[in-house]
Amino acid sequence: MNNKSQSTPQGNDSHKEAKNKSRREFLKRFGLAGAAAAAGGAALYSGYQYEKAKGKSEMVRVLTDDNRLVMVPRDQIQESKPDQAFLQKRGRNGLEGHRWVMVIDLSKCRNARQCVKACQKAHHLRPHEYHITTLEMQDGPKTAPYFMPKPCQHCDNPPCVSVCPVDATFKRQDGIVLIDNERCIGCRFCMSACPYSARMFQWQEPFMAEEYEEDPQPYDVELNVPQAKGTISKCLFSADRLRDDELPYCVSACPNGVFYFGDENEDAVTNGTTKETVRLSALLKQNAGYRLMEELGTKPRVYYLPPKNRLFDFDNQPSSYKGDDEKA
Amino acid sequence: MALATPNTNQQFEERAANDIMRPVGLNIKFHAWMGVLTLVLIACLYAYYTQLRNGLSVTGLRDYVNWGMYIANFVFFVAASLIGMLISGVLGLLGFQWIKPIARIAEIIAVAFAAVAGLVIVSDMGRPDRLPFVFLYGRVQSPILWDVTVVTTYLVLSLILYYVPLLPDLAIGKTRMNHNHGWLAKIYDILSLNWKHDPEQYNILHKAVRILLILIVPTAFAIHTVTSWLFAVNPRAGWDSTIFGPYFLTGAFVAGCAALIIAMYFFRSNYKLHRYITPEHFDKMGKLLVLTSIIYLYFNINEYLVPGYKLKEADAIHLHELFSGHYAPLFWGTQILGLILPLILLLFKPMRKPLPVLIISFFVLAGAWAKRYIIVVPTLEHPYLPKQYVPDEWMLYQPTLTETAITIGSIVLVLMIISVLAKLFPVIPIWEIEEKSNQTTEPS
Repeated sequence: MNNKSQSTPQGNDSHKEAKNKSRREFLKRFGLAGAAAAAGGAALYSGYQYEKAKGKSEMVRVLTDDNRLVMVPRDQIQESKPDQAFLQKRGRNGLEGHRWVMVIDLSKCRNARQCVKACQKAHHLRPHEYHITTLEMQDGPKTAPYFMPKPCQHCDNPPCVSVCPVDATFKRQDGIVLIDNERCIGCRFCMSACPYSARMFQWQEPFMAEEYEEDPQPYDVELNVPQAKGTISKCLFSADRLRDDELPYCVSACPNGVFYFGDENEDAVTNGTTKETVRLSALLKQNAGYRLMEELGTKPRVYYLPPKNRLFDFDNQPSSYKGDDEKA
Repeated sequence: MALATPNTNQQFEERAANDIMRPVGLNIKFHAWMGVLTLVLIACLYAYYTQLRNGLSVTGLRDYVNWGMYIANFVFFVAASLIGMLISGVLGLLGFQWIKPIARIAEIIAVAFAAVAGLVIVSDMGRPDRLPFVFLYGRVQSPILWDVTVVTTYLVLSLILYYVPLLPDLAIGKTRMNHNHGWLAKIYDILSLNWKHDPEQYNILHKAVRILLILIVPTAFAIHTVTSWLFAVNPRAGWDSTIFGPYFLTGAFVAGCAALIIAMYFFRSNYKLHRYITPEHFDKMGKLLVLTSIIYLYFNINEYLVPGYKLKEADAIHLHELFSGHYAPLFWGTQILGLILPLILLLFKPMRKPLPVLIISFFVLAGAWAKRYIIVVPTLEHPYLPKQYVPDEWMLYQPTLTETAITIGSIVLVLMIISVLAKLFPVIPIWEIEEKSNQTTEPS
């Protein structure tokens, strides 16, 4: 995970009052993203004018949010926060050039559920509301029980995205399946379509509803915060963290080195606990990595390494084994 | 067919028009009935208000069983509305004459159920205020878009198919209106579009109805097939079936026949229409119910026996729940009392008399509703991955009082629509009865 792709959106203004005002309105109307290039150019020009009129002012280089390096006078720089339209545009577009992938080593999971807690904290969820959860698994009556962290599988052929009537849930170019709760109509077709039960619904007012009311914040589709009543929520592969060049919340929180996360294009994944970076292809090959319910054709972006030589004992038979007769 | 033995056609027509127009218009009984329905509806609307305020948490739905009673009820409504197409469309186009007196009742049922089906879906939405998004941002890949399209089309077609054959009756009715109902006569006058009983007008009418009937057959097939695809497109045990389209469609005909028989009985006795809706009609509808039930039984056997033979793990869990688990009483109750027993009983002629066939139809209709519940809920209770670390009440779905009340509200709304249409306008096409009497008596 390198390639710093984050950019700091900055507004630039002319010093001339009249011009300044109209330009600011122009900026507002078209949103920061679209206008940044024009603003950068104009800032250069007006900076030049300013210098001619008033003498020297120190120039600094800034990166516009369409990734252009421009120079503006330092005293013309204004602080700017990303607005909703900007967040939506960049959230739907995704991080160019990446294909995010997760590897979960089942032999290391001891069900600490730190991944769950970190995720719930970041996304403002109640203790029983999950983007990721861990399951006590046993595939057959005589097979070994194991713990399985289960995030959204971020399928490359996602059934949830197919059935969504309003494009509220969508697949990004970097492989992440996101949910836009500003668009979601709450029909829950995606939940019915998901064979991994990966999605949750905000049946009531969200956990932090009061805080949202006291301190309104723009909706960030990459964090799905603020959560909204009557809409879907789901694992986002921590798209906001990836934009900041950091590992997802769950991956970093794991104390047992269960999670690897990285970029398929680079064929590299980093362990969230040890921070060791390994080759994705080699990791999967050497450990016989597999994906969940391959037969359904969903093509997940989450790989599992089999629970071989598990590091932790599994005390009880899990109550979850679903097969009937042989259970006793 | 011995409808009556009038001395002349003239007398017969006169009497038919009088008989059929007599119940039209408001009276104290109707006011009382609508008053009761309105009170119930207000209580149900309050339940919906609490749902709007508190979110869908007032229902028994949770993350595993994310669809429940509302969706089952929606499927049932769409199913019941198909009877309009079966009677007028299929049987009408095939040239069966006996359906004439009951075709309009079937059409009223179709309009009422199709209209409220849309509202039922809205009641299931987490954000009903965003309903316009379906039109603003609709994605054609989603079966919901197909469903919205075809249900709307079917509703409009059914409305036209109800209204167009009503034109001559409106013209007949406006001259016979009770003097208390001057306002209704005015409405008739406006709605009759200046109908003059001109042979040319009848000619156009027949052509228009024929085109509508041809259009309504594929539309009706589409609405229920697409409704079945809301389930069948999902990779889930119990829904993952290739025969869901025809399975739902034939089930719909069963439910619709039962609904029509109940409505026929009600209008016959309350509106004193014994002369026009005869025991023979009940006999024929009973036979039609047997036919549709046999086909539905055939699809049921396919739907349960084939996965039951293979017993793939997920299917095995699902079928186990239905056959001997949590849902066994409901499942067997539905299959035996709502399908197999009615089917056997109706094979005997005495059982196809009006009263027995009415009672059987109640069982069939209740079974049809429960069957939709069985199709929707158990599948969601058994996802592929285990259900863990969630509150106990998330494990099994239990509809709440609120959601039951909202569902009852939708049924009340259907009854209100049927009541109003059947009270303000004649429920039997007068002109078609007359036309038929002319045809049957002229040759002799």
